[in-house]
This record gives sequence, C-alpha cells and structure tokens, in this order.
Amino acid sequence: MSTRNNISSQGVDWTIVWLYAILVSIGILCIFMVEYRTDTNWLQTFLGGKTNYSKQLIFAGFCTLIATFILLTDSKLFTALANLLYAFGIVLMLATFVLGKNINGSKSWIPIGGGFNLQPAELCKIFTALALAKFLSRQETEFSNIRSQLIGGLIAIAPAILSILQHELGLALVYSAFLVAMYREGLPAQILIFGSSFAILVVATLILDPNVLALSLTAIAAILIFLLRKQIKKSRQLLIIIVGVWLFCVGTQRFVVPYIFNNVLECYQSTRIYSMVGKEYDCGKNKKSERKQGEKAARKPDDYNVRQSKIAIGSGGLTGRGFLKGTQTRGKYVPEQHTDFIFTSLGEAFGFIGCFAFLAIYLFLLYRIVRMAERQRSTFSRVYAYSVASIIFFHIAVNVSMTIGLFPIVGIPLPLISYGGSSLLTFTILIFILLRLDADRQMVLR
Amino acid sequence: MPVFNQSRGRIVQIIFALVFLVIIGQLINLQLFSVKYKLAAENNAILRKIIYPDRGIIFDRKRRAILENSNSYDLVVIPSETKGVDTFSFCRLLNIDTAEYKKRMRDLTFKNGYVKPSIFEPLLSVEMFARLNENIYKYPGFSLTERSVRTYPYGVAAHVLGYIREVDTTYLRKHKDEGYQIGDYAGRTGLESYYEKVLMGQRGVKNFIRDNKSRIQGAYEKGIYDTAAVAGKNMHLSLDVELQKLGEKLMSNKVGSIVAIDPKTGGILCMISAPTYDPNYLTGSEQKKHFSDLTFDPRLPFNNRALGTKYAPGSTFKTVVGIIGLTEGVIDERTTVVCPGYFTGCGTGKPKCLDKGTFQFTGAVAHSDNSYFSTVYKRLMEESKYPSTDSALSAFNVYAKSFGFGHKLGVDLPSELNGLLPAGANYRKEFGPRLFPCNLISNAIGQGKVETTLIQLANAMAIISNRGWYYTPHLVDSIEGGDEYNMLDAYTTKHYTDKRIPDTVFSAVQDGMQAVMEYGTAVRSRISDIIICGKTGTVENYAKVNGVVKKQPDHSFFGGFAPRNNPRIAIAVICENSDQGARVAAPIASLMIEKYLKDSIRGAERQAMEVEYTNRVYIPPVMRMEIAKKDSLKKVKENEQLLQQKLNKKEADDSTADESLQPEPEPKTVTPPIKNIPVPKRKADKLTAALIIDERKNKKTNSK
Repeated sequence: MSTRNNISSQGVDWTIVWLYAILVSIGILCIFMVEYRTDTNWLQTFLGGKTNYSKQLIFAGFCTLIATFILLTDSKLFTALANLLYAFGIVLMLATFVLGKNINGSKSWIPIGGGFNLQPAELCKIFTALALAKFLSRQETEFSNIRSQLIGGLIAIAPAILSILQHELGLALVYSAFLVAMYREGLPAQILIFGSSFAILVVATLILDPNVLALSLTAIAAILIFLLRKQIKKSRQLLIIIVGVWLFCVGTQRFVVPYIFNNVLECYQSTRIYSMVGKEYDCGKNKKSERKQGEKAARKPDDYNVRQSKIAIGSGGLTGRGFLKGTQTRGKYVPEQHTDFIFTSLGEAFGFIGCFAFLAIYLFLLYRIVRMAERQRSTFSRVYAYSVASIIFFHIAVNVSMTIGLFPIVGIPLPLISYGGSSLLTFTILIFILLRLDADRQMVLR
Repeated sequence: MPVFNQSRGRIVQIIFALVFLVIIGQLINLQLFSVKYKLAAENNAILRKIIYPDRGIIFDRKRRAILENSNSYDLVVIPSETKGVDTFSFCRLLNIDTAEYKKRMRDLTFKNGYVKPSIFEPLLSVEMFARLNENIYKYPGFSLTERSVRTYPYGVAAHVLGYIREVDTTYLRKHKDEGYQIGDYAGRTGLESYYEKVLMGQRGVKNFIRDNKSRIQGAYEKGIYDTAAVAGKNMHLSLDVELQKLGEKLMSNKVGSIVAIDPKTGGILCMISAPTYDPNYLTGSEQKKHFSDLTFDPRLPFNNRALGTKYAPGSTFKTVVGIIGLTEGVIDERTTVVCPGYFTGCGTGKPKCLDKGTFQFTGAVAHSDNSYFSTVYKRLMEESKYPSTDSALSAFNVYAKSFGFGHKLGVDLPSELNGLLPAGANYRKEFGPRLFPCNLISNAIGQGKVETTLIQLANAMAIISNRGWYYTPHLVDSIEGGDEYNMLDAYTTKHYTDKRIPDTVFSAVQDGMQAVMEYGTAVRSRISDIIICGKTGTVENYAKVNGVVKKQPDHSFFGGFAPRNNPRIAIAVICENSDQGARVAAPIASLMIEKYLKDSIRGAERQAMEVEYTNRVYIPPVMRMEIAKKDSLKKVKENEQLLQQKLNKKEADDSTADESLQPEPEPKTVTPPIKNIPVPKRKADKLTAALIIDERKNKKTNSK
C-alpha cells in the first residue's frame, strides 16, 4: 500500500535516532568525568586512545556502522533468522563454559582478540527478543492456552538459567523483562499479581521477625475466615483456599526464603539483599561459603559500594557540583564508576535537576517505543518493540535503583551510558532493528 | 490483524511511570533532604592540611641571631613505588642492614599506608644528604624533602632558649584547646616554651582533594578556602651572647650557675647553668639518643640551676641582714662586735668566725664576720616592740620579701622555684611551740633554712645597686610586630623595697661591699679601674652517701654589682662543691664583669686567670661517683657484647661448613645491630643495674 522506496531512510523514526545519539554522547561525557584528571592533558590522552572514554567513542563509531547496516537490511531477514540466531546465541552461551574468561568473578566473557571480550549473554537478549516475537507471531500460536505460555516462558528462561550458571545474576534478572512483553500479548494478569504478592511476602520475610510475620499471617487468615464465615458455610472450597494460601505463605517465609538465602544464593548476594533492608546477614549460615572456607577465606562483604554511591549522588544536591567538579568522582570513591555506577557521576555533577532531566529523556524514549509498538500491524514487530522497551526499562530501573539504594547490587549496565562495548552494541542493535521494523510497519511480518 | 489487549499497553506505560516516580522520590530524598551525604562527601574527599609557619627568630641585645631556622632534609619513601629498588646497595648507602630496611618499611606502611609518602629517615646529616642526593635517582620511590629545623648559631644558652619537641599525649592533654595534634612540634623548655604562642605564629590550612587511597589530587576549589600561615614573631633578648659564651666557658667542668642582670632594666644579661650542652646537639639526626643521654646524665644537665635549684645563700645574705639591722636601728655603722673565734651570744660556740678581732659594720661586711651578723640577727629577733620571736621573724620576712626573696620573681622562663624565707611554722617540729632567737641564728649568715634561687640573689644585688628598686628580671626585651599577648607588661612595673629603708642604709652596705673587693675577702678579684661592690659566700653542705650523711666541699658563692655609681651589671655566681666563695665564684664574677663593662679580659695576668678558671674541675663528689658507676656499667656491658660476639663467631665456626664462602658479610651484619641496640632498653638496663649495685653495697654495710 505504501509507496515502496529504495531509500531506506524512509519511515525511520528520527526522534529515536536523536534520543539514541544524545544518550550515547551523555555516556561518553560521563565516562570522561570519571576518568578526568586535572594534571593530565585530556586531549592527548583522548587521542592516544588508551582511556575508557576514547575507547567508548570508538565503540560508538563501530555501533554507528552496525546501525547503518541494520537500517539498510530488509525486515524480512529478522523474521527469517530469528530462530537460527536464538539457537546460535544459546550455543555461544554454552561455549563460554569452555572458552570463557573470568572477569570480576563471572565467567561469561569470550575473548575475541585485540583486548576485546564478548559477553554472549548480552547479545542473547536480542536473539531472545527476536525468537519470542517470532514464536508469538506464528499463526498457529494461540497465546491464551497454557502450552504456548509455557513455551514462551521457556524461550525467555533458557538463557537466564545459563546466565545464572555463569554467575551473572544481573543479566539473568533482565530476562524477566520479557514478562512485560508477554503480558501485553495476553499473559494472564493473575501471574503478575501473584508474582508481585510473592515479592511482597519475600520482602516482609526479610524485614520482619519470622514469628511476628507468622502470627500476623495467621491473624489475617483468621479474620478472613471470620468475615467470610457465611460464605464458607455455603462452600467448603473457600475455606480450603484460604487455609491453602495461609499454609503456602507461612511455609514460604519459614522455610523457602531461608533456604534460598542460605543454600541457593552466594554469601555476598545474601548480604547485599539483607543490607538493602538495613540488616546484616550472617554468612556462617550460608552453605556455599562454608564449602568455600577450605579453599579461601571469603572477602568480608560490606555495603561500601552503596554507601559511596549514595554519598556521591546525595552530595550533588539540587544543582550539582558542576561538570568535572565532583570530589567523589575525582577521588575515585565509587567502585566501578565508569560501568555499573556511572549514574553516580551524573548525580554528583548535575544534582537533582540533572538526574531528573536525564531520567526524563529515558522515559521519553520508552514512551516513544511503546507508542511505536502500538502502531505496528504485525505481531512480530509489536512483541519485539515491547521486548526492547521492557529490556531498556528493566536495565534503567534496576541500575538506577541500585545506585540509590533501592535495589541490591547486581551487575547491570545503564543502557547506552555505561562503559562497555558489548552493552552498547547490544542496545544499538536492539534499537535499530526496531527502527528497521518500524520503517516497514505497513508490512505484515511473520 | 486485530490488536488485542490494547488497554494493556496503557498499563505497561503506567508501570513505567510508577517505577520512575519511585526513583525520583528516592532522588529527592537523597539529594534534597539528606544533609549527611554532603558532609560524608567532604569527609571523604577533602583533606585539611596544616601549613606550619616558620618559628620566630631570637636575637641577643646586639641583634645577633642566637636561635634561627635552617633547612634539613628527610628521606621520604612511597612504599608502593619502591618495586625494583636495589635494596642491598641502598642499605649500604644508609649504613643499615636489609633486615632493618624491611622492618622500617613494614612499620611505616603499617602506620601511614602503602601509597602515601612516609619518612624513612628524618634529619639527614650533611654527609648523608650529600651521598644520597647524588644517588637518589637510582632508587625509585625515595626522595629528599626539606623541612625547617631550629639551629643555634652560637651553640650557647641551651637552658635559656630551650628546645622544641614533638608533642606527646601528656602535652596534648594539658593544651587541649590550643589546636595541637600528634606530630606537631611545640616548645617544651626555656623561651621556646614560655613564648610558644609568640614564636609559633599562626598555622595555615590548605584544602586538598584526595582520592579513595588518600592520595592528593589537587587543591580544593582552587584554594579559596585556604588560609595562609603567619610566621612566628621574632624576639629581641637582653642577653649578651659574648658574655653568655664566656660564662659557659668559665663554668665548664663545674656544676653551678651564673646570672647577670642589667639593674636599670631588669634585663638578664646572661644566664648560665652548668653543666650545659650545645643546643644543636638536640636537633640533629641522632636527637633521640642524645635526649636520653642527657636525661640520664647524673649531673642533670637539663636542670636550669639559675632558677630551678634552691641554695642556701650563705654570707651573701649578710648584706640583706645588715640592711634590715641598720633600718630597724638595732645597729648603726659604728656599732662594733668582737669576734673571739666564735659567736658568743648563744653559748653554743656557733657559728664560728675565722678573722679574730673587732669589727665595725664596713669591716664586718668586708671580712664576712659571722659574729657581727649573728649579733645583728639576734638583736632583730629580740626587739622589744615584737611580743615574740615569731612576730620578730615575720617582721624580718616583710623586709626580706621586698627584696624578692621567698617567692617566684616571675622571670619569663618556665619552672622557676619559690625559694624559702622560713617563718615560725617551719620550726615547730624541731623546737616546739615557742621559738628562741638562738634557734634561728644560722639564718643570720644565710645557712639556716633560708633558701634562694640564684636569680633571686642576682636580683637582690641589683636592688642594692639601685638603692631600693628593681624591675622583674626578664630575658625578652621586645617582640617584633608588637606584644600581642601582653606578655611583657609585667616587666615594665618598677618594684620598690620596703619604704622604711632609708637611702643611707644602702650607702653603708655598698661601702661594705666595696670594701670586700678592696681589702676584704675578695681582694684578689678586684679590677683596678672598675669599682665593684660584692659579697662572697661559702656554704657548708652535706650529702647522704650510701646512707651516711657526710660533709661535702663548700659551695662557692658571690653576689655583686659594678660599677658602684651608675651600676650596669648585677651578678650572682654559684659553683657547687668547690671551695670558698672568694676562691672560685668571686674571680669568675670579676672576669664576667670585666668582659661586660670593658668588652674583653685585659692584661696577661687577667687572661691567665681566665684560662685557669676555665680549666679548673669541680665536679661534686656525689656526681663523680654516679658517673663512675655508669661508666663501669658501660664497660661491663661492652665486655658482655664482646663476649657475645666471640661466642657468636665460635658458634658460626662450629656449626656451618660453608662458612668460608661468606666470611665477609658475617661480621658486617653482626656488628651494626649491636651498635643500634634500641635506646630505651639500654636505659632500663642501666637503671636496674645501678639499683642492684646500690643494694649490694647496702648489704655489705649492713653485714658489717
């Protein structure tokens, strides 16, 4: 119906391209702030290419190239290759177990020469998004039945499980972002409600004394039974449901949560989560740390990162200390400030106003993508767009929350801002595939 | 294709917005409502560094600097940068062994961290600096940094000037609100201590940004919050360095003190306390060792004997007794007293008097007749206008107190002593409730319970020379840039002696004192062209040696002033356990007077006298014993070390087969550590050893 044009820039949403460019630029400036030293000639080091900000600029250039290529391809290519790429991604992730290189305690990187490393788990996000979109857009898929929902879930969960095995909890968590996309496609809301109720229960378990929580849960159950005694007389089933839920809740807080913290999670993870709610975790209870004691005394974990990160952001005040004037940034007080904690340099330098403006750009980008998703004719594009939006959203929410002490520390980069080639490349590809698909939104893709 | 679940798109958007709102909320909480993060950030990142100003310079009365600042060098190391240092050659350069090197590195890393500069060796000697300066480039991580050090160009007046030392916890507790902290230096004795506020200046503050390892990253906010250091103020003393130098020379190998005062101003011209030490001795690289050496010297060189030791003033006190007697009218100048060899007034045959004959007042002063002044004193105590001896004694003390006796004068040096003018209460234990004049008679000749510091005696001489007034003796004449803390105000008030004393009395005493020099006890110390007034003193004293009280050689005293008309110098000298006053103290005083008034010692005879008195040795026998004991202990110790060395060598010979491979380094590595036995340990050993020997002696005497 639309006039077919060879010029592929036709129909490309330039607003998003601009937002993308702005964010990448902010990112490079932030990295520059972190690396900046008064006594060194920044121009020289910049041209020397040894510093992280010049490397990031090189990455950005490379990403521009990739982005151009993607815009020049045909949308059908993505639908055609979706399943193949997904399989390729899984194979790559499996390969890390053999070829993997240990960086910061997680064995999830494959060295590709020239000092560069590739993190397949990052790239796998794209492939999963494509594969999920492909699966949901199949004509024979009826997402309202349980079987399809399970298969969809499996597609998202498989790379997540592999990530957990690589000790990359943060990346694994990102895959839960696909729930949002699936929710949009008809995943029952009960699952989300159930999930969030469960989360509240877990948090309550952490905060409250176990006995107090058990008693209050019992009290709630008793009151419910008392209030609903007439209905219960009519149907025994309601009583069974209430007692069942009560049993489940108490069981969770009594056995399941302690089991997860002591036996499934690593000591440092448990400590981080506990320190979030202002409590201390006794590593002596942790089975994994016990096992490790023989090999090497575990480094005493503490909340140094969060404390320093909060100090840096908090010291920014309303207007911030100004570009390159942050004392915490210059003093390198925040660990990993150029990657996961990049938001702190922004918070310190530009204060609340800067943070607010920055988050507004992000939110604008997200809304733009959601709007874009809703105007797609093909399910494939829509599911893919929702996947992109939710992946970006999830990254932002978790990363920023962790720097301001709302979420335990997990290694998740800030999209387009944090230093790192893999991360930047992943988000570039995610966004530009979406732009390509959107440019062909009049086509029906399967 | 139909679009299902479109409302859910809206819900997703709402979820996004909600999460962002929560984040914004926490940002508001952190950035707008929490002050603590800003504070924490400053504590984290801002290093307040105190900038120490140069201390003030001290000049003598002729504007010669006697205490100033010079630069010394510290060897500084940053442990993290020392990788690849040739430790062996470096240690050879510094004359230490590698074990010592490792120990020092470990200690300073522990104290000051791995990446911050720490002092590896403070206050390098000149040769060491020269040697290191040439080679320092070979040793990465090591550098030489300058620091300001106090120097004493003349190497004199150690007791007057005092020293600065690093503050310790006791000092910090005492000076809580004055902003000192560990590592600061503060004046601890002498003028350095008394005028600390003036000399210290005002410390400045520089704000630096530091990183997570406390390395400095540059100035904070380009230094707008910095304050500049203000240098300490310079001070001008009334002290004459040349006179001080001569005094210290004359008092070498003696124990005692000389104080000279300008009677017109109260300015102290010299203040010698023997034995003294070169103040530069305590500033060099081995200051710690030297400090302990001096602290444990039995002659107590740190004691300023001019105001930190009380002496019975002996016959010099007769001048004051005479003045009071003449004023009260118990005698006049023509009163005569006979000396048959002892004082007859109390029937005890005491005190003795040596020049038999009959004396008038002048002659009595000239020949220091004990009988005469005992009579005067007895008459004073028996005066009928006082109901009891107690009240007569108090009346006497009122006079004496106006001469500056019995209380601190308020000299501008720390730790001045009171001295003692005994009152009735001081005798109750010995003589019961009722005192008789004969109980007190030895005070008449300055031998009883009367005690004065030497500066009090010099001040009394100044009063007599001025005929009844004085300014409080003091060292500092003026402070450059104003006396901000009003520390010199006390030295501008004129003090008068008791108003009842008429001028004629002073003339009579001065006549007597002039006679002392002209035909009296100190005739051999007279100078033909200077009219000196003086009074000798010979003080009997006793010391407990191994539990037995034994008579010691006399303390030699002299007090005087010159010239008689328009006096310019009042002087007091004590030489402990030497001889009669006329034989030691008087000649020394006369040399000092000549030097001050005539700028040099003139004539072969006088110069020979200077040499003679410089060479005389009067170490009190008690101290001699202590020194001998200490030396013998040192010898025992050295012998032990030699023995130990031999044993070590023998062991080495016996045990190792490949000893022939390394005979060279063996003695080298063995000897230095023995030399460098930590000082405190040695101290303790000495003390305990000394005690043990004493006990042994005691046991012997007991068994006898």
